Amino acid sequence: MIAEVPAGLILVAAGLLVPLAPPALRGALGVAAPLLAFAQLLWVGAGYRLELEAFGFTLALVRTDALSLAFGYVFTIAAFLNGIFSWQARRGVEQPAALVYAGAALAAVFAGDLLTLFVFWELSAIASALVVWAGGGPRAYGAGMRYLMVQLASGMLLAAGAGLRYAQSGSLAFEAIGLDSPGGALIFLAFGVKCAFPLLHNWLQDAYPEASATGTVVLSAFTTKLGIYALARGFPGAEPLIWIGTAMTAFPIFYAVIENDLRRVLAYSVNNQLGFMVVGIGLGTDLGLNGAVAHAFADILFKALLFMSMGAVLLRAGTVKGTELGGLYKSMPWTTGLCIVGAASISAFPLFSGFVTKSMIMASAAQEGHTGVWLVLLFASAGVFHHAGIKIPFFAFFAHDSGIRCKEAPAHMLIAMALAAALCVGIGVFPAALYALLPLPVDYAPYTASHVLSQLQLLVFSALAFSWLMRNGIYPPELRSVNLDSDWLYRGIGPRVAARLERSLQALLALSGNAAGVLGRRGAAAVERLHGSRGVLARTWPSGSMALGIMLMLLAFLLSYYLL
Amino acid sequence: MTPLHRGPMSWLDRPKNVTKIYLGLWSFGAALLIADLVVHRRAEAGLDGWFGFYGVYGFAACVALVLAAKLLRRGVRRPEDYYDR
Repeated sequence: MIAEVPAGLILVAAGLLVPLAPPALRGALGVAAPLLAFAQLLWVGAGYRLELEAFGFTLALVRTDALSLAFGYVFTIAAFLNGIFSWQARRGVEQPAALVYAGAALAAVFAGDLLTLFVFWELSAIASALVVWAGGGPRAYGAGMRYLMVQLASGMLLAAGAGLRYAQSGSLAFEAIGLDSPGGALIFLAFGVKCAFPLLHNWLQDAYPEASATGTVVLSAFTTKLGIYALARGFPGAEPLIWIGTAMTAFPIFYAVIENDLRRVLAYSVNNQLGFMVVGIGLGTDLGLNGAVAHAFADILFKALLFMSMGAVLLRAGTVKGTELGGLYKSMPWTTGLCIVGAASISAFPLFSGFVTKSMIMASAAQEGHTGVWLVLLFASAGVFHHAGIKIPFFAFFAHDSGIRCKEAPAHMLIAMALAAALCVGIGVFPAALYALLPLPVDYAPYTASHVLSQLQLLVFSALAFSWLMRNGIYPPELRSVNLDSDWLYRGIGPRVAARLERSLQALLALSGNAAGVLGRRGAAAVERLHGSRGVLARTWPSGSMALGIMLMLLAFLLSYYLL
Repeated sequence: MTPLHRGPMSWLDRPKNVTKIYLGLWSFGAALLIADLVVHRRAEAGLDGWFGFYGVYGFAACVALVLAAKLLRRGVRRPEDYYDR
């Protein structure tokens, strides 16, 4: 019976039940529902299809295959970890919204047609905006509103693209789409917004750091990886993705170096990691596509771990600003250690997950002869170690002692972080387990002496560069600041131009109003002069003058009669 | 969060020990370069077959990244309440 229900709807139903459940049961519901969904996915397996007749269409509510299952498994694991991490968080709307959001994203992954995809795409957008708003305060409200606008715009693009495709081909099936039709291009753009393509990326850095300590963890898992899944399904081997992805890996790391809010630094590194996956999808080779899926899987776990550790710091120390932190390893040793596991995983240290997943994409780029792309990816690999691998743990837990003395993170948070860390190391040590889940056959051996040595050289010398720059005072200090990014277009210059336009328009209106007023007053004065109570046309003329006028007229007539 | 009170100095609080770690890291880097002579590395993209390619590239990439980011900061840095005004 449970197989008849899409796994995502189990989480959505649990989310809707949470507000009705007694507070003591809410935490358990948030942990049990993802477990049930995970078990259901294992039970159903690949090749299952659940169809539904609606609106005159045959909708494929569920379609399972290796690609959707790989994302399905990791989405349920992420929801489970989040359930533990936010065990005590009873912040009104956040927990139910997080469950509905995870469920909608999970259901979207299993959607077999574009209409079903659209419905869950929008549901996940709305539920995730609620998670941002649950951060509280005017900043979270504003960021959540901007976030929602961007996500809904992505949904509009998807709906328009799906409509165009339906008109053209009569099919709504969600298979490989291709860029050769206008409908395909719109859908590509819709997925691109979710994947945070360059210049469409800033909703991520804007919204994620405004959510609560637990909210950011759940946000980081689903939206962007749903975008990656959709790209892998719809546009494998689309060449523009290679260039887009390469740009995505490189540009955010410059911002990450100078950003002060450590959760925003992580948001930039989300962007950078997505770039690797996008490149893998664009390459379209077995190794590239497998690498993209494997890296998405690993990324959800180590990014969750990093955001959890920063969430724990925010909860205990009250801030995640680099300027105010430092020396926390004395108060939070467990969190420090677990954060370092996440940092090692994202930096692709041997025996950690990034080492066995990211390298598949790099190897594929090199094999396809994209040496330039490969060099940029290598630069970005050094860069991500620099800002996520070193900067995050260094400024939060080491650096100068800020004097903050706080309690270690609560037990449930440590358990969630430890589970995530175990998975990161597990994937790094037993990559075959992850490779078995990938959609295509895997022919790749990560642990060669050559690969281990080259990666260690890259990382150790990047660390040396960091410490050398630090000790010589060249490293830019953490500063309280806002750094302008593409959101300046709609938060800075956009509103200012709009305000100026409004002022000019008002001035123009006032001017034309004045002109009309002057004309009106003059016109009224003329009428007044002619027709007013003393106006020449309003005078009462004596009847004698009328008789005189008529007599003169008759005289003129008489004269003309005789003369002509 | 309790106000500042310094407990006993930890091992990492002594600059001497931090220098030890720093020098240890350099020795590890040197060892990796020596290993480059011993291990026959399989070049992935051609130029990475050169001796010490990954070490030099990693060091140069990070220095370039930081210097470029400092330049970028000059252009994009605004006060913290920039968008709230």
